[in-house]
Amino acid sequence: MAEVRNLICISCPMGCNLTVTRDGDNITVTGNTCKNGEIYGIEEVTNPKRVIPTTVVCNGGKLKRLPVKTADAVPKSMIFDIMKEINKVSVDAPVEVGQVIIPNVLDTGVDVVATRTMPAE
Amino acid sequence: MEKVYDTVVLGGGPAGLAAAIEAKKNGAEDVLILERDRELGGILNQCIHNGFGLHTFNEQLTGPEYAERFIDQAKELDIPYELDTMVLDLEDEGDLKRIHAVNEENGYQTFDTKSVVLTMGCRERPAGAIGIPGFRPAGVFTAGTAQRFINMEGYMCGKKAVILGSGDIGLIMARRMTLEGAEVEAVCELMPYSNGLQRNIVQCLDDYDIPLKLSHTITFIHGKDRVEGVTIQEVGPDLKPIPGTEERIDCDVVLLSVGLLPENEISRNAGVEIDARTNGPVVSELRETSIPGVFAAGNVVHVHDLVDFVSEEAALAGKGAGKYIQGTLDQEPDFKTVAGPGLGYVVPQNVSLDNVDDSITFYMRVRNVLEDKVINAYIGDEKVATKRAQKFLPAEMVNFKISKKTLEKYPDGEEIRFVIEDKPVPKKKA
Amino acid sequence: MYDVAIVGAGIAGSYIARTLARYELKIVLIDGESDVGNQISMANSAIVHAGFDAPSYKLKGKFNAPGCIMYGKVCEDLDVPFKRTGSLVVAHTEEEMMKIHELYQNGLRNGVPDMRILFEDEVHEMEPNLAPDICGALYAGDAGIVSPFELVAKVAENAVDNGVELRLDTLVEDIENNDGSFTLKTNKGNIEAKVVVNAAGVYADDVYEMVGEHYFEILPRKGNYFIFDKECGDLVNNVIFPCPTKNGKGILVAPTVHGNLLIGPDASPTWKGDISTTQDKLDWIKENAHKNVPSVESCYRKIIRNYAGTRNTPVKTEWTTTDGDFIIEESPVKNFVNFAGYESPGLTSIPAAGLYVVDEIILPILEREGVEVKPNENFNPKNRKHVYFNELTEEEKRELIKENPKYGRVICRCETITEGEILDTIHRSAGATTVKGVKKRCRAGMGRCQGGFCSPRVTEILSRELDIPMDQVYYDKKGPAFILTGKTKDVPEQGE
Repeated sequence: MAEVRNLICISCPMGCNLTVTRDGDNITVTGNTCKNGEIYGIEEVTNPKRVIPTTVVCNGGKLKRLPVKTADAVPKSMIFDIMKEINKVSVDAPVEVGQVIIPNVLDTGVDVVATRTMPAE
Repeated sequence: MEKVYDTVVLGGGPAGLAAAIEAKKNGAEDVLILERDRELGGILNQCIHNGFGLHTFNEQLTGPEYAERFIDQAKELDIPYELDTMVLDLEDEGDLKRIHAVNEENGYQTFDTKSVVLTMGCRERPAGAIGIPGFRPAGVFTAGTAQRFINMEGYMCGKKAVILGSGDIGLIMARRMTLEGAEVEAVCELMPYSNGLQRNIVQCLDDYDIPLKLSHTITFIHGKDRVEGVTIQEVGPDLKPIPGTEERIDCDVVLLSVGLLPENEISRNAGVEIDARTNGPVVSELRETSIPGVFAAGNVVHVHDLVDFVSEEAALAGKGAGKYIQGTLDQEPDFKTVAGPGLGYVVPQNVSLDNVDDSITFYMRVRNVLEDKVINAYIGDEKVATKRAQKFLPAEMVNFKISKKTLEKYPDGEEIRFVIEDKPVPKKKA
Repeated sequence: MYDVAIVGAGIAGSYIARTLARYELKIVLIDGESDVGNQISMANSAIVHAGFDAPSYKLKGKFNAPGCIMYGKVCEDLDVPFKRTGSLVVAHTEEEMMKIHELYQNGLRNGVPDMRILFEDEVHEMEPNLAPDICGALYAGDAGIVSPFELVAKVAENAVDNGVELRLDTLVEDIENNDGSFTLKTNKGNIEAKVVVNAAGVYADDVYEMVGEHYFEILPRKGNYFIFDKECGDLVNNVIFPCPTKNGKGILVAPTVHGNLLIGPDASPTWKGDISTTQDKLDWIKENAHKNVPSVESCYRKIIRNYAGTRNTPVKTEWTTTDGDFIIEESPVKNFVNFAGYESPGLTSIPAAGLYVVDEIILPILEREGVEVKPNENFNPKNRKHVYFNELTEEEKRELIKENPKYGRVICRCETITEGEILDTIHRSAGATTVKGVKKRCRAGMGRCQGGFCSPRVTEILSRELDIPMDQVYYDKKGPAFILTGKTKDVPEQGE
């Protein structure tokens, strides 16, 4: 019995309406305009993932918070656990954009990285 | 004699940066950016979420990352800038423009310049403008103010939130509040559709089971000193609250995401013609305003939903400023643009084909959700181009590209009219 | 032991305190709010009435016109923006014209200067945006507009500078009469005073009943208002009143002293402390404001704020003889002075009524009680100049920033308010200690974005200047009116 889900692709601002049909291991995606849509559609019904953009405490910088993100999408179910890890961390300025703040967060294989350069004050 | 700049850019956000860079690349040598905040990057510095730059860089960047790429370019080009600097006035003295500005370090300064690019951006509509009745307690924030507090200063502005308005900032803030430990009780939207991008509804609301209440508004704010709750009500097709649908939701913070307004005090005072539909300057294809040598781009011209298009538009303005200085800018419009019924506006309002390279993109917004429709461009009675889309949404700016070649076919044309029409039924194959 | 304790630091209490400060007395001014002038004085029509409304046999009629005349000097001394715009009471019908003649006659009795009855042509020439069917008006050239919250702050500042002790966040919970002195029991401890002046606004009846028998009652009546963007500020030049009815002065359309436009109010009985706006009344104002000024309708898009305030209307009870007039008297309780029921035209009357209560009531009581009343030789009626950066010339701006670079940092973009101005309001006597206090005193956050951009900056400045953490900076009432609910993240920042 095939399972059909209607999704909105979040890969880009176009927001394509996807239809994902899952029949056992066979998953087909329609309605997508690009390859990213297909990847998103398949992932969303197998292992939905999200990028987490947030901040960490930053000492000695121009701002008291440094924006960070997971360098890649992480399992959606782990968002709050990862947030807990991120909330424990503080970094000292200066920080370079892309600098790894937490390597391999919770063994996801994904780093938490700085999303801006933070000069020391 | 005082120094005369080629181009002074008012605002160092995404529009200002792109305009300054492009002006410099197109022949403006002495370029200066004046920024009122403490660093370059504008509102992007607080937009720490990802989703920027797909069009420009073909990757998903956060706001600060996107800004940084432009800041780096500006620095590579040695474009000077002054921070914490507030422009008080722009005077048009014909060939020269004079800018009055103040900051702590250099005091009161005037800058003489041949050209100006207005990139002041926009501001949020405040609570007072939408006139929610009730007390006027602490705890009512525009979404952007809350965003700055949380993302840049590291302070929470509430534990239990109701958000009014489903614009992108409202949606993004629903997620941000949730990730930082607050509860978001509901997002209310006056219209029967969301004003944010679909993807943001999915990843900011649906992911966290935050209800989106369409056709609902806040009709009373409770709490004398600090917000204690709101009364929300369903609205009818006339957008008026329906009696009997009142529902009280307890919360300690209300975030408003109820629209953005281009910030044109300086433009107005300088005498720049403002389009009542966009609340921004009337501009040409290279974003020249009604004052020769004064250009404008980004949210100060019309509110954009994607920063990529802000950069794109600002690059046009920067190029325009460069051409203006070199005396190669054609300032005689060949066409005016007209927004047909159902279209909120079209930018640019004027087109000189000589300044166009290969094609020109018209930006416009539909007033309602449109399905099975196309937007056609007419010159005289002739249909010259068609814009197709799965759906047209008021939240999503329409980019309608028309080639220069097409427009050149109508040397006697005066107006390009954009009209919403039914999608033609596909012809069946015989 | 204080000579005089004044309960209530609105315009009435503050002005009485300042007037008493002309003498060498120990004076305390007490308010439960976190700022002076935070209730009735904060939300009203901001109009200085010429004085033709109230009958001459009432205290309202007695003090209004002289108060209005005295305003110029008071505002000059205190450095408060005040403009004599003039006012028009407009008539649409012959009956209303009759009423206008009556008001004119009453104005003459009350000593109102510069009044004229205008005929149709003159009215429309003076105010081109008035409704075409308006057939005449009463013009009063002395009427004006003032910023009421700036006024109270400046009155209180001057009082404090001249020796008055100001105690805010101090709520009088009970008063003990010790026959010869009073003990005011507050949330911040006891305060002893020989004479008490009750200027507690809507709560004046409650405060009186702490010592005496119920003999008057205050009915709070609420009025809703709208404030428009400065773009609409020149819609009218005068304060425009409809012809009054028994329900009051009606919906007025007025410029504000800083260039906005204001319409309102309605008048609806309510409970004490209710300053909430309500949709039905806001709609009613919109539906009626255009009767005199039709083009106001086209400005509704430019509304930047609604607000409501309460009037403290004295109502007749079987014990009272006040008949809706101000209650300014030594009460049946010896040495306890009531300054109550002080509703419109209270703001206008205060220079005259404040002088009266001091000279005719409070000083005689003090002398009777054996207190030596000597003039305060050091009394200075003038405040330090307030700088409105935006109103300076280019040269003045240059000089000012050279002197103090903080005037080069613009904090409020909409009103062009600089950090220098904000610092000044914080560091004056009776200065701002809250975000709203800053807003009231120097307009940061009063503009079209209503503090969206500047409130985080103002919070930061208050935190720095008052040396308190960011999340202990309040919007208004300290404690409940918090802005921030703590920091994000679990780890402390360096230095915490």
